[in-house]
Amino acid sequence: MASPKTSAPVAFSSLLSVIKGHFGEVVLAHRSDFGDDTIVVQRERWLDVLRFLKDAPSLAFNYLVDLTCVDYFGQEPRFEMVVHLLAFESGKRLRVKARIPEEDATIASLVPLWRSANWLEREVYDMFGIRFAGHPDLRRILMYDEFEGYPLRKDYPLKKSQPRVPLLSPEREEEEEI
Amino acid sequence: MGLNIDYEHLNQELKDTLQKARPAPPSGFVMAKLDEAIGWARKYSIFQYPFVTACCGMEFMSVAVSHYDIDRFGAGMPRFTPRQADVLFVVGTINHKQAPILKRVYEQMCEPKWVIAFGACASSGGFYDNYTTVRGADKIIPVDIYIPGCPPRPEAVLDGLIMLQAQIQQEGYMNKRKALRKQGLKELHGQP
Ligand code: SF4
Repeated sequence: MASPKTSAPVAFSSLLSVIKGHFGEVVLAHRSDFGDDTIVVQRERWLDVLRFLKDAPSLAFNYLVDLTCVDYFGQEPRFEMVVHLLAFESGKRLRVKARIPEEDATIASLVPLWRSANWLEREVYDMFGIRFAGHPDLRRILMYDEFEGYPLRKDYPLKKSQPRVPLLSPEREEEEEI
Repeated sequence: MGLNIDYEHLNQELKDTLQKARPAPPSGFVMAKLDEAIGWARKYSIFQYPFVTACCGMEFMSVAVSHYDIDRFGAGMPRFTPRQADVLFVVGTINHKQAPILKRVYEQMCEPKWVIAFGACASSGGFYDNYTTVRGADKIIPVDIYIPGCPPRPEAVLDGLIMLQAQIQQEGYMNKRKALRKQGLKELHGQP
């Protein structure tokens, strides 16, 4: 059973004003659909904002639930980092996003804040090619080292495989290739 | 109450059947062609190497336990080193990252060796058609028997095993040995 909540959840509006009071105009957009609070922050302040969300006693979003990325191919900026946070004490959840342009696909690593970010960021690097500044061990985690390209980018060919051993017969007819 | 079996009659029937099949051997001997005898011995002493990678593994286990009992077919003993195995069971999805491992396991097995592709993924890649999945184990190594299903029912697995046994029985050891020897000599000396 969950332990009783010791502090009431902060309302979304007061959370926004707390962030604004501390950072100024760092939140580029915010939304609250069906109780799912989302903020989009500046990429340059990514680590600072998340550190604040984690450490400020009134917020205390101390659990990193998930970290992933979305490829909005055709939009500018192209990529969007998504982080889901949970505050154990208050039970409040928050989604934090930041847009990343294709030509400079880098963002600060969250490993200094949560060690669990390590493998999640390696997966995002493996699948989307986002580079995490300050990551201690940025290697591919699922694909093999000689794999070229990033398979979850929308411009990676859907069925293009990169065999490591010579195949006895072709995997598919040429015209089937997409 | 005991069962009332007429052993006299059964014995006689068996004798008649054998007599019809081939002339009576001198008593105390069994006569068979060497090929057949070797095939018979091999098909009932299959040592399997389970290369289990995915969900099909659960069904593979259920074939092994007492409900279906793969040991009835002499294939109950898994060996976890390829050097002691005769039949490679490729059970589950094979991806390109693993492909070199599968190939090495196959190459480490001694002749005679056979391969069973267990399930849709091992047979053809299944519904995974993307950047990472090998479209069937036969893209990497030669496969003898394909068992369809996602995952296959244990009955289907036993059916596949029986088909493999029939293939092993028919393989003709002596001829194959001759051919291999010929090929080996050719590779050594350039000429047969
Ligand atoms: S054939 Fe189906 S059950 Fe077997 S490994 Fe593939 S997805 Fe899993």
